[in-house]
Amino acid sequence: MSVLVFAELENGQVKKSSIEAIYYGALVAKATQSTAKVLAIGASNSDTLSQLGNWGASEVLWLQETWDSAQIAAYAHALADAVAQEQSAFVIVAKSVLGDAVAASVAAKHKAALATNVVALPDHAAGVTVKRSIYTGKAFATVKLHTAVKVLSIKKNAVTPEANAGVAEVKHWQPSSNAANTGIKLVATHKASSTVALPEADLVVSAGRGLKGPENWGIVEDLAKALGAATACSKPVSDLNWRPHHEHVGQTGLKVAPNLYIACGISGAIQHLAGVNSSKVIVVINKDPEAPFFKAADYGIVGDVFEVLPRLTKALQ
Amino acid sequence: MKILVCISNVPDTTAKISFSDGDTKFNKSGVQFICGPYDDYALSRAVELKEEHGGTVTVLNVGEADADPVIRKCLAIGADDAIRVDAEPSDSYFVAQQIAHIAQQEKYDLILMGRESLDFNSGVVHGLVGEMLGIPAVSPVMHLTIAGNTASLTREIEGGKQEIEATLPLVLGCQEPIAEWKIPSMRGIVSARTKPLKVVAPTGEALSTVEKYALPPAKGAVKMIPVEQVESLVDLLRNEAKVL
Ligand SMILES: Cc1cc2nc3c(=O)[nH]c(=O)nc-3n(C[C@H](O)[C@H](O)[C@H](O)COP(=O)(O)OP(=O)(O)OC[C@H]3O[C@@H](n4cnc5c(N)ncnc54)[C@H](O)[C@@H]3O)c2cc1C
Repeated sequence: MSVLVFAELENGQVKKSSIEAIYYGALVAKATQSTAKVLAIGASNSDTLSQLGNWGASEVLWLQETWDSAQIAAYAHALADAVAQEQSAFVIVAKSVLGDAVAASVAAKHKAALATNVVALPDHAAGVTVKRSIYTGKAFATVKLHTAVKVLSIKKNAVTPEANAGVAEVKHWQPSSNAANTGIKLVATHKASSTVALPEADLVVSAGRGLKGPENWGIVEDLAKALGAATACSKPVSDLNWRPHHEHVGQTGLKVAPNLYIACGISGAIQHLAGVNSSKVIVVINKDPEAPFFKAADYGIVGDVFEVLPRLTKALQ
Repeated sequence: MKILVCISNVPDTTAKISFSDGDTKFNKSGVQFICGPYDDYALSRAVELKEEHGGTVTVLNVGEADADPVIRKCLAIGADDAIRVDAEPSDSYFVAQQIAHIAQQEKYDLILMGRESLDFNSGVVHGLVGEMLGIPAVSPVMHLTIAGNTASLTREIEGGKQEIEATLPLVLGCQEPIAEWKIPSMRGIVSARTKPLKVVAPTGEALSTVEKYALPPAKGAVKMIPVEQVESLVDLLRNEAKVL
């Protein structure tokens, strides 16, 4: 028996969200008297991977393939094979475009119950239940999983990793067969050069139509830079092409859960709140004291973003 | 081209979420149900593709009879016929199984749906269906064009997007701006009344069940900072909220 965690690599390093998944997996392993193993696919090095022991992994299965992230079938084939070889009772992935796609394929291959957006550790009191976020963060469901293999995709902050010195054994690993070619061809990847990735960001500065136009985003970026934060925006802002679509948060955009979300010139429509209501602390800056966002805020400033943002940036520097 | 569009019948985005029966059931009273906004994008693109290439658009919903008005609206927007699998959509695996079962009989070139449903936000039905049918699933798709047997698509990834080429048949989870939402015309609404809506029995079982629902704890009161003291926010975030 084992708990198997799918770790995503980026530039040779394990993604922060995957560290959370590994720590989560280690806690599940502890609760079920089994061991936490990690499947890492991609370029990296033994040193980096053995350090996953600090987060509770006992073994890392390392598959040195450099598949692009559109090759979902190849990743899923490898993970499903590892699940069979390691007789895993739990498969853990961190929520991401690749993670959720792989989780779905593996669940179908093993006819395993699957829960995404999981926000806490499983409860083993009566069978296995997990708490997951539903209705775009407006509610939670406790879900019972009825199969021997269980696949969990965990949301950011499901656990807070704490390092404990440990070394994981790194094994070069191969699936027992190759995945069939699915004919998916990656033609091009366009990635923003921004330094902080929004889905994983702990601090987010977000702006809405109150900024009046794309030429005014300098004050948003300055504040984000002073904080080391990622930038985000409301839907109309991306609809108007003021900002790229992947920055759009809300019901029809990205759901974020940073420690701090600063909303600048955003009214706080219910569809926007749906994407940010899992944030730990929300600051709202709006010139309209009646803006609905203030009701969802921890700190509020009634003021003009063109005055408030530069002053905040200066105070931080 | 034969297109299947899978739609969910979900509470409107502004609906107040509450539960009944000791927090074991969603409280439907006073809640307006709509076709999931992501599914709406998928349907709109399907209708456009049909106009461009010919073929048929079939709408599929796994749901109970109260979903019929939403299905009729999809027919009014331009789908040719509809299938409703008469069952509560109890988990992603169950829903995917129904879709795969129907797709095995009918052989669609494209199976489109929203990237996720608005109620459970699982975002995995397309992936499950693809695996069950042994065909690729891609999500979230923002642009889609078809030439012959080849689909050119753009999907969103963290911090950017990917352009992908793939061969039909495919399962795609869709999101904006793949198409503009369509509003049914008067003629569409009239013709939708007589378009076929077949109701079929479900197959198989769910692998998970919801035991209980809960609402998040109420948010504490907002602390307002006078605009003259903007700078004090930095100190509050550092020492009171401890997020910096
Ligand atoms: C099905 C559906 C899904 C949707 N999904 C999303 C979603 O995912 N994400 C999303 O964001 N929206 C979504 N929306 C849209 C949502 O309803 C709102 O229209 C949108 O969030 C408003 O964006 P905004 O706050 O930037 O703009 P506005 O509502 O126009 O608000 C601008 C705000 O800026 C303030 N302001 C103006 N000038 C200044 C200034 N100088 N200084 C300070 N404040 C200023 C104003 O007081 C106002 O509160 C969705 C809508 C629907 C129907």
